[in-house]
Amino acid sequence: MPTNVLTWMIFLPVLGAIVVLCLPRNAATLIKGTAAAFTVPPLIMSVWLFQNFDRTTTEMQFVTKIPWIPSFNIQYFVGVDGISITMVLLTALLSFICIFASWGIEKATKAYFALFLVLDAAMMGVFCALDFFLFFVFWEVMLLPMYFLIGIWGGPRREYAAIKFFLYTMVGSVLMLVAMLALYFYAEPHTFDMLELASRSSTYSTGFQRIAWIALFIGFAIKIPAFPFHTWLPDAHVEAPTAISVILAGVLLKMGTYGILRINYPMLPEATMEFAFWLLIALGTWNIVYGALCAMAQTDFKKLIAYSSISHMGYVMFGMATMTSEGINGAVLQMFNHGTVTAMLFLLVGVIYDRAHHREINGFGGLAGIMPFYTGWTALAFFAAMGLPGLSAFISEVLVLLGGWRHYPALTIVSASAVVLTAGYMLWAMQRIYLGKANEKYLDLPDINAREVFTLVPLGIIVIVLGVYPRPVLDLISKSLDHLNLVVAGKAQVALAAASSVLP
Amino acid sequence: MEPSTLGNVASLAYSLPEIVLGAAVVLLFLLDLVVTRKETLGDIALLALALVVVLSARLLWGDSAALFHGSVVLDGFALFFKLLLALAAFAAVWMSLGSREIQRNETGEYWAVLLASTLGLLYMASATSLLMAYLALEFVSLTSYVLSGFMRNSRRASEASLKYLIYGGVASGTMIYGMSWVYGLAGSLDFRAIHAALQSGEAAALPLYVGLLLTLAGLGYKVAAFPFHMWAPDIYQGAPIPVTAFLAVGSKAAGFALMIRFFFTALAQPGGAGVYELVGGVDWSQLILVLSMVTMTFGNLAAITQQGNVKRLLAYSSIAHAGYMLMGFAVLNDDGLRAMLFYLTVYYLMNLGAFVVVMLVANSTGREDLAGYRGLAWRGGAVPAVAMAIFLFSLTGLPPLAGFVGKFYLFAAVVEKELYLLAVVGVLNSVVSLVYYARIVRTMFLEQPTGGEGVVAVDWHNGVLLGLLTIGTLVLGVAWGPLIEFAGRSTSFLAY
Repeated sequence: MPTNVLTWMIFLPVLGAIVVLCLPRNAATLIKGTAAAFTVPPLIMSVWLFQNFDRTTTEMQFVTKIPWIPSFNIQYFVGVDGISITMVLLTALLSFICIFASWGIEKATKAYFALFLVLDAAMMGVFCALDFFLFFVFWEVMLLPMYFLIGIWGGPRREYAAIKFFLYTMVGSVLMLVAMLALYFYAEPHTFDMLELASRSSTYSTGFQRIAWIALFIGFAIKIPAFPFHTWLPDAHVEAPTAISVILAGVLLKMGTYGILRINYPMLPEATMEFAFWLLIALGTWNIVYGALCAMAQTDFKKLIAYSSISHMGYVMFGMATMTSEGINGAVLQMFNHGTVTAMLFLLVGVIYDRAHHREINGFGGLAGIMPFYTGWTALAFFAAMGLPGLSAFISEVLVLLGGWRHYPALTIVSASAVVLTAGYMLWAMQRIYLGKANEKYLDLPDINAREVFTLVPLGIIVIVLGVYPRPVLDLISKSLDHLNLVVAGKAQVALAAASSVLP
Repeated sequence: MEPSTLGNVASLAYSLPEIVLGAAVVLLFLLDLVVTRKETLGDIALLALALVVVLSARLLWGDSAALFHGSVVLDGFALFFKLLLALAAFAAVWMSLGSREIQRNETGEYWAVLLASTLGLLYMASATSLLMAYLALEFVSLTSYVLSGFMRNSRRASEASLKYLIYGGVASGTMIYGMSWVYGLAGSLDFRAIHAALQSGEAAALPLYVGLLLTLAGLGYKVAAFPFHMWAPDIYQGAPIPVTAFLAVGSKAAGFALMIRFFFTALAQPGGAGVYELVGGVDWSQLILVLSMVTMTFGNLAAITQQGNVKRLLAYSSIAHAGYMLMGFAVLNDDGLRAMLFYLTVYYLMNLGAFVVVMLVANSTGREDLAGYRGLAWRGGAVPAVAMAIFLFSLTGLPPLAGFVGKFYLFAAVVEKELYLLAVVGVLNSVVSLVYYARIVRTMFLEQPTGGEGVVAVDWHNGVLLGLLTIGTLVLGVAWGPLIEFAGRSTSFLAY
């Protein structure tokens, strides 16, 4: 297993999809079981990765490098470092959980689980790929299953939501394609190797860096989603089936910020320094506040969570652009924490939707008395999302704000104050749904069942443990991130020094 | 390298594919008089085309030569297209054998005319003089008029055929007028002689430009590039589906072959390192660049408005694809040519595949409108719907499908030349195309059948073709190394 572990993690789900397609159409339980079985080995491997990951180096680990199309210098090149390892773990965990969250799927089960496994593989591929071409292929492959999963198994406006998601992401990715080709052709020998491209960063002219940066940024910003490219997200989230919302919010959004860290930062450091303030810090702050305000206005439970994602991803943008160790570590930790917390939230929305078949916040009331265990779980997730001390998101948000304080005190104050807004919409929703007078219609709703608890337990444990003791994740990421920080800040410094030395 | 120019008799040994094809045409006309079961003729046509493919492939390992005193040429480039065109005809005959539309009209001459058209296409791919080019092109046009109007009882087909004839007549008239300008300026019909004359600076730039523009009308008409595309939607919609597929793939490919050879050998010369230089003082690459952007944008935007007939939609899509391929033309280098050849091959697979599904639906339900595809995935077997989705997403250019790789190489060639505007227009067009391709996918997968649509059955005959095209589209999306190498080797013209 050691050397090809990432390849196995990527392609086992593909194999699973093929196996699922070969099963008889009406054997629903067999199909679900098979799909689940194919997400277990990647999960075990991710635990193995977690244990064997060398936390003292910034080098790529578990690398596999095979020429794919030699004439164009395209490689199959996968590996992980501190930037991607947490995302690989998150993907493996959420894929496993979401199979069980999808247990209630009845329509065309075979197609659903096959597509889901393909999606799983593509996500894993995005985080492992170190060849830009390969990265792009996985990035795009993700779109197809997502389109069908939202479009076929989604809610009433699913067709609209699915194509909107598809079109938005594709606009971003085609710009990324042009930028990728421009980087490829910029220097001899032409290469898609991300590490090689990053090592050439000082040779790119400033104008080129700016244009390439913006083209890549738009692609990633759509995915994050950063204002004003966020409008696909509420639609997609609301219409998608529960498990797909979990994947969307838990994994897909992180690809945006991951892409910026993996590609924009090391390859285009000068432009990164140049644009960091306006396009990451200021826009991130705006995301935080805007997302929170929008969330407050929602009456649809799921839409509320969707807007809260926009708000929370703002912290990631903010943190990674502070160019401080606290900020960037906090940002990646926030990516992981948001992945677990928001996954819980969407799972919990799914629980109530399965029972009541609607998500109107005002249509419930007093659920605490009817579904006490469910309410307990929701409280945990809500408090985690609010950033309550002792739960995971608190640590990452504090780190981000600490990182920001040094250079951007004003915006840090704004971002920190937005926590009040978050608490506001969360608690208000809590009050309307779970407290107060019970709605007559829902007096006999069954409480959360064992399968649903099973999907929540691992996430709950992670949220609590990381809230008290974030070292396991911080240790994984800090080495690489501090190095990245130095590279970006350092290279930009060198460039600035060179520019100023020319002046008299 | 001075190519060996062979005389008429010596050339015959290198013309076996064309000879076989010609003989088959005559044979089919004769057999039509005695054979009562007309499908037998189709089988014979299929065999003949298979033989043509084999004979063309055998020539790949042979020498290059200029044949018939230099009016046609046998080189890697010509052979690449001969293989592609023969395969296109093969697929068209295969489709015809499984098509209800064709079977309903029990006529024997159909097969002979189809093969005759293929013969013209092969000569378009290898012509090296304006005279030969014009004859081949006109031969293809005439046979195409007959093919598209083949369903004599259909008013739509008759209308299509007549429109095709009128547009075609105007286009070829314009072209031959343009050719006469070029001839007047260069004093020769031979591509190499034209090149030599232009290089020596004998020709004035402005009249040459006029001559080229006029010539382009005929070529643009064959590849369905804006503004010579007007015939395509009506003809695609009116012609029987196998003929539409044949025109979309074969006619377009041959048009590109002739266009590339004329422009790259008569009006440009290799400048080393795989880059071509213009001769004659006419910057036609700028012209092509604009043509490319306008063609793809027009094709895609027009396709978005098409809500009814799927064949008509595919016609606009084929216009857009002509625009994409012209990108490889505009960059004036081997990488661009290679990308074009590669794209044509990929286009063959995915576009033919889409037409096979259209035919399957038409065979079972008699419908070609979008509503006939409603819930196709949920009406029994999902095979046609899944295959169609693969072809459509490949046409959009999404990995891991062949269409993505094709577009990737085209865009790579454009970015390499630093034509960023063209690249951005091109990629945004891909997004636009997603709108209408996804509309078909949505109709098939996201909408539920209302009941009356009927089941779309896949018989083994069409299933085999569909399977091969699907596998090709999938495999070339991940393992395209050999094909891109073959395409790369095929970009060399004999003339130099």
